[in-house]
Amino acid sequence: MNAARFVAMAVFRESIRDRVFYNLVLFAVLLVGASILIGQLTAGQDVKIIKDLGLSATSLFGLFISIFVGINLVSKEVERRSVYPLFAKPVRRAEFVVGKYAGLLLTLLVNVVVMTVALYTVLFFLARGVPGNIQRAWDAPALDPALLEAIALIYVDLALVTALAVLFSTYSSPMLSAVFTLGLYVVGQFNADLKRFDEIVSSPAAAWIGKACYYVLPDFARFDVKLAVVHGIPVSAGYLAWTTMYAAVYIAALLFGACVIFSRRDFK
Amino acid sequence: MTRAASGVAAAACLAAAVGLHAAQDARVSAPVVDRPDLLYVRSPAAMRRAALGYHGFAADVYWIRALQHFGRERLAPPGHARTYALLYPLLDLTTSLDPYFSIAYRFGAIFLGEPYPGGPGRPDLAVALLQKGLAEQPQKWQYMQDLGFVYYWHMRDWQTAASWFQRASDVPGAPSWLRPLAAVTLAEGGHRSASRTLWQQLAQSEEAWLRDSAGLRLRQLDAMDAIDALESRIARYRDGHPNEPLTWPGLVAARVVPGVPVDSSGVPLVLDPSSGRVTVAPESKLFPLPGQKPDSGS
Repeated sequence: MNAARFVAMAVFRESIRDRVFYNLVLFAVLLVGASILIGQLTAGQDVKIIKDLGLSATSLFGLFISIFVGINLVSKEVERRSVYPLFAKPVRRAEFVVGKYAGLLLTLLVNVVVMTVALYTVLFFLARGVPGNIQRAWDAPALDPALLEAIALIYVDLALVTALAVLFSTYSSPMLSAVFTLGLYVVGQFNADLKRFDEIVSSPAAAWIGKACYYVLPDFARFDVKLAVVHGIPVSAGYLAWTTMYAAVYIAALLFGACVIFSRRDFK
Repeated sequence: MTRAASGVAAAACLAAAVGLHAAQDARVSAPVVDRPDLLYVRSPAAMRRAALGYHGFAADVYWIRALQHFGRERLAPPGHARTYALLYPLLDLTTSLDPYFSIAYRFGAIFLGEPYPGGPGRPDLAVALLQKGLAEQPQKWQYMQDLGFVYYWHMRDWQTAASWFQRASDVPGAPSWLRPLAAVTLAEGGHRSASRTLWQQLAQSEEAWLRDSAGLRLRQLDAMDAIDALESRIARYRDGHPNEPLTWPGLVAARVVPGVPVDSSGVPLVLDPSSGRVTVAPESKLFPLPGQKPDSGS
């Protein structure tokens, strides 16, 4: 697995070289700018709105990185023919795919950690000087540690999106990979509707297909606890554990699939 | 063209554009179009889908739009037809995207029922919004208190108002003053003292806009008390001078009042010369008082 680690570090270095982390500057400007302006516009809801904005931006920026970097991870190497000299070395194809995935995961981790620190810093300055009686009326404290639960699930969600992007990247063009990944992400937001498909169709076969799709397609809505956390509604440790476990198993399936597809490709 | 010359040309063009912009602002005013606000998506169900996993942020956007719409309508110049048409749809979208957005329900409770021109005068929509909030959070005594408030203040249905205050007081953790409020509402429904109790409670809120609104209402109640006292003195004077038209200078000269009375916003009160009735002027911040016709100014 040394080879996978080597590939992962190369991906991380490449993302620095490609200025992927520039999005952090945009994130910081967005948060600081919003925290200055928003107090004038929101009738006392600035902390809630900064939390919503910070969590949404963390998720959205991460999503863009996952998809648009993820879809190029493997296909770009194939297109540039840089995989040929790589496979002349003792690097197995599975190690290459897993390394690529782990490298992007590391990039996303750094990204999410820096965004989290920025969010807590802005919330700290926003809550400073607010009288205690007003703070007590908030649904949750400004520096609520529970925000980390939502952020952790955002990261797990991004890990799953990245795995999808890597899978598609092993056999499809970047353009099609982006469409497939984004499409599955959107469908995954409405998974609950598929489960209740039998309420609107009379055909048992269609209802069965809907239910099957519900279980087979990735359920991205499951990772969204942003609203609950912002309103101080507790998210149980069991929920977090089950959701993370579900994502881990799903990611493993996608990566196994990616390795199988990639190992069958002919590079001669 | 060299790189330096290109840079100078770009800077010169930009400076010219800025200069033209400033000159146009100073000399030619843009046409003023008084067009209503637009809301492209009105269906909460459609918006919930379009927002994907970003419901909280989308709710914040609609919340800010609701505040801006309300503020723009309320502070619009006299020529503008104030409709507040989007206030309910915007609050409905906000609370559909984020069902726990308490302040949006409470904002609707206070301002949807507000009579024209201060609001759209739709207490029925305020009730609908609060009922929606209660369906999401059945133990939220604040929504029950607000329902009681809407029935009391805007719909003048003391019986229903008292029952909501009672229900709110039964919720574990509700403040102790809710039970006496229910009793006062039932016993003195429509009395000014009951209204004062209600607004005094709302004036304790953590929300600045709610405190401001309650403060205004309390000043209106004070003005109504002062007007009652004035009218009773004027009525006594009138009994002795039945055919004399009533004017403030005349009443000051007759020492009925020490000077031309003003309300708490500093605007002189209006006196009807024939009936002797006193009220606040349309330009007063207290206008219209509860029960006062907003279009007549009397």
